[in-house]
Amino acid sequence: MTAATATTPLTRGVFGRASLKRNRRWALIASYVFLIVFAIFFLLPPYYMIITALKSDAEVAHMAHNPWIIAEGITFEQFKLLFTQSDFLIFFKNTAIVTVCTVVITMCISVLAAFSLGRMKFWGSGILATGIFLTYLVPDTLLFIPLFQIVKSLGLLNSYWGMVLVYPTLTVPFCTWIMIGYFQSIPKELDEAALIDGAGQMQMLFKIFIPVALPGIIAATIFSFTVSWAAFVYPMTFLYSADQQVLTVGTVTSLIKADVYKWGMLMAGALVAAAPPLIIYAFLMDYYIAGLTAGATKG
Amino acid sequence: MAEVALRNVVKKYDDVVAVSSINLDIPNNEFLVLVGPSGCGKSTTLRMIAGLEEITAGEIVIGGEVVNDLPPKDRDIAMVFQNYALYPHMTVAENMSFGLKLRKFAKDEIKARVDNAAKILDITELLTRRPKQLSGGQRQRVAMGRAIVRNPKVFLFDEPLSNLDAKLRVQMRTEIKRVHQKVKTTTIYVTHDQVEAMTLADRIVVMNGGKIEQIGSPNDLYHHPKTRFVAGFIGSPAMNLIPAKLETNGSSLKVRLSDNLSFPVPENRAARYRGAIGKDVLLGLRPEHITETRGANGASGNSHEFPATLDVVEPMGMETMVFFKVDGVEVCGRVEPTAAKGSGETMLLRANLDHMHLIDPNTNRVL
Amino acid sequence: MADTLHSWNPTVATTAARPASKLLKFLRRRSAIAFVMCLPLMTVIGGLVIYPAFYSIYLSMLNKSQTRFIGLSNFTYLLSRDVFWMVVEQSAIFALTAVFFKALIGLVTAHLINNLPVKGQRKWRGMLLVPWVIPLALSTLGWWWMFDPTHSALNWIINLFGGDEIAWLSNPYWARFSVILVNVWYGAPFFLIMYLAALKSVPEQLYEAAAIDGASAWQKFVHITLPMMRNIIAITILFSLIVTFANFDIVQIMTAGGPRNMTHVFATYSFLTGIRSGDLPLGSAVSLFMLPILAVSAIFILRGVRKRGREIG
Repeated sequence: MTAATATTPLTRGVFGRASLKRNRRWALIASYVFLIVFAIFFLLPPYYMIITALKSDAEVAHMAHNPWIIAEGITFEQFKLLFTQSDFLIFFKNTAIVTVCTVVITMCISVLAAFSLGRMKFWGSGILATGIFLTYLVPDTLLFIPLFQIVKSLGLLNSYWGMVLVYPTLTVPFCTWIMIGYFQSIPKELDEAALIDGAGQMQMLFKIFIPVALPGIIAATIFSFTVSWAAFVYPMTFLYSADQQVLTVGTVTSLIKADVYKWGMLMAGALVAAAPPLIIYAFLMDYYIAGLTAGATKG
Repeated sequence: MAEVALRNVVKKYDDVVAVSSINLDIPNNEFLVLVGPSGCGKSTTLRMIAGLEEITAGEIVIGGEVVNDLPPKDRDIAMVFQNYALYPHMTVAENMSFGLKLRKFAKDEIKARVDNAAKILDITELLTRRPKQLSGGQRQRVAMGRAIVRNPKVFLFDEPLSNLDAKLRVQMRTEIKRVHQKVKTTTIYVTHDQVEAMTLADRIVVMNGGKIEQIGSPNDLYHHPKTRFVAGFIGSPAMNLIPAKLETNGSSLKVRLSDNLSFPVPENRAARYRGAIGKDVLLGLRPEHITETRGANGASGNSHEFPATLDVVEPMGMETMVFFKVDGVEVCGRVEPTAAKGSGETMLLRANLDHMHLIDPNTNRVL
Repeated sequence: MADTLHSWNPTVATTAARPASKLLKFLRRRSAIAFVMCLPLMTVIGGLVIYPAFYSIYLSMLNKSQTRFIGLSNFTYLLSRDVFWMVVEQSAIFALTAVFFKALIGLVTAHLINNLPVKGQRKWRGMLLVPWVIPLALSTLGWWWMFDPTHSALNWIINLFGGDEIAWLSNPYWARFSVILVNVWYGAPFFLIMYLAALKSVPEQLYEAAAIDGASAWQKFVHITLPMMRNIIAITILFSLIVTFANFDIVQIMTAGGPRNMTHVFATYSFLTGIRSGDLPLGSAVSLFMLPILAVSAIFILRGVRKRGREIG
């Protein structure tokens, strides 16, 4: 190669690399700028809820200052009010009971069914698996009126045990569906090894499948927890007295007394009510996201 | 420890016959290898012995008991899988003791057995690790350990080395042989690799298309294949199978490979081949029996020298493989590196006909 | 010798084992166990989904006091009412607009995050998913507070830039805009997560091969990213269409269908007629109108999921 031919591509190369680097940096900066805009959009409401909850009633009502900052000092009186002057703690307890029961029931039903459908197969199991997925697509607002009649005829109207009865319809199909995916991803040789080692079906489920598919179990548990914690249509329809009410409906309806909106307390209530799912999300984000995306990618 | 027997065992999937009427007698302590190409039914046979597949017809007997209806756990067997199938959530020690725990063995008995097996396999330092933290070879050892601790009647191996790289495979092969010599448990081993089969087996069962082609010791199969399939399958590089014609040459016989190349048939084979005179046959000759002319080996006995124009020359270090064509069919020879010529050149080669085989291309049986 | 041993032993073993093993075999039958394990699931789905679904059809053909069978009168009554047609129109506008913007924002943000150095992606993803994690009823309450007619913090910002105050929830058209805005805010993160997962599943080599072939960023997006993600985009959109179409929380909390019934969607209208006004059959008929569009979406989703399942292996 002669010197002339060697130098031209070399300089072009150096120049090209530099501009490539610069392009990349600009793309990165643009990405950050847009992401910040979106982040503001997504985080504005929770931010405003937090600062409202930390303001005094007077500051909330008078709008003398910029509403987006706390001008007259942080106060926790709204939370104190919430816990002492309202039924909030009853709602919280009811929600906790309903959610824990729903999660336990859901996981028992789903894991058993998923083990059976994902591994053992029987006549009609393929149709059943498809049926489960279709059931998952049925929204709660399609069936709340006939369910109202059913819950009523069982004497569970205005009782949070009625929620324990109907919430599994929201959680079981999806949890079963994703657990089928997780169980199917376990290599077949693992059950054969367990079979030869002398495990029965139940030992296989509890000693091999559940421990190995633990990430799936966690994802499904988180899913059923968040769904039953956030459910709104069913309690709105089936519950009406404060002693049976759950957090979502209770915060939205009962905390609003007459025409006086106690916005500070309302926001404090909403924040405390939203805290459990947010805390779970903060600590188990990867499982949460795995559960979220599993429906479409694990099928 | 026990003997195993298969009596007319058949496996059908719907209408597809995977294994057709197999008969096998495996004496106590034997290391038996089932070998064949993929889809030949060897794995299915093994899985039927394990109880992982139901048998369609026939009988499987382990230690004198018909086990057709017994689930795997009651057959007193242990199995090593191709992908190891270690329980990912258990430590090595827990993996090895799982079967014993399910069988309600006493704690100190379990510990003693695990420690002993770990010592045999040299994995004592790994006992507290999890499978994810182990290399392929170590996982393989643990899988074997899981089998050893059970002290079963029979060991079943399903292609245990095919997930390992070439070097490790050779190492683990020796390891398996060493372990068998120590524990002596009856072993049935499935592989598609004939080298593995040759090196490990007391006896080899060559399977093809759901049938047994031949059963015999490694040397027996190598030197006296009974079918064209076995002749071609056992040995690497494979035996040359050259279309030829068996003709008379005065009082003796000759195989005519092409218009200008014929090999004389050794006198002691003449009676055996008499019936095939005038017929098309396949001449089977292993590469190591086509060598260079100088040197002492093969100088005596029945050999025939012929010139060949080399197509491809592959130096292997210890020897050099030479490829040439006989009437369009590629033939491989094995020569001393110093004697080899370059490709395109003509070299004088010697065929050692004491080791020749003739195969009837219609029945595919060795004459 | 070995042969005699075999032929002698099996007969003993078989005669002893056969009668017991038949029973055992039946009990062991995996399909029987498998069926039993599915029973609780089938009870829940049968009793609380399939039975109510058919019951709902029956219910919708009764009169208000559920004493008389009136055929399709509830349906024909609805079709003759202007309010109902407004519900149909608003449901369609609500679902289509919201899903479009959710998909768009989701796709854009997923790409932006995917552009970042891998180390920072987790943090951004975690932050942008927050709206999806807060129970919708509660975050809607927060939005409602931001839309409050006298204290609107959003209007404060608009004033700051010299704009006129907006009657977010009392002007019917702004009310329609507001409920869609909240739905987009809530649902876009779901799209973001789905797309991000899909983006990560596109093999890096494809982009490298395209780069060597001289493709620009836009060409890579059009010829590699989009085709590879087509299926997941379709699934997510259809799924979101169902959920958005059947949404209840946002409209119920912020406007309860008002002003002038302009923001009603099927779910809230069904709640109003069925539960609030006590005409369960009529309410049931309203929700049943959702069924066709849900069923069509569901069928396409199922097809897409199956296809994706095959693509993944």
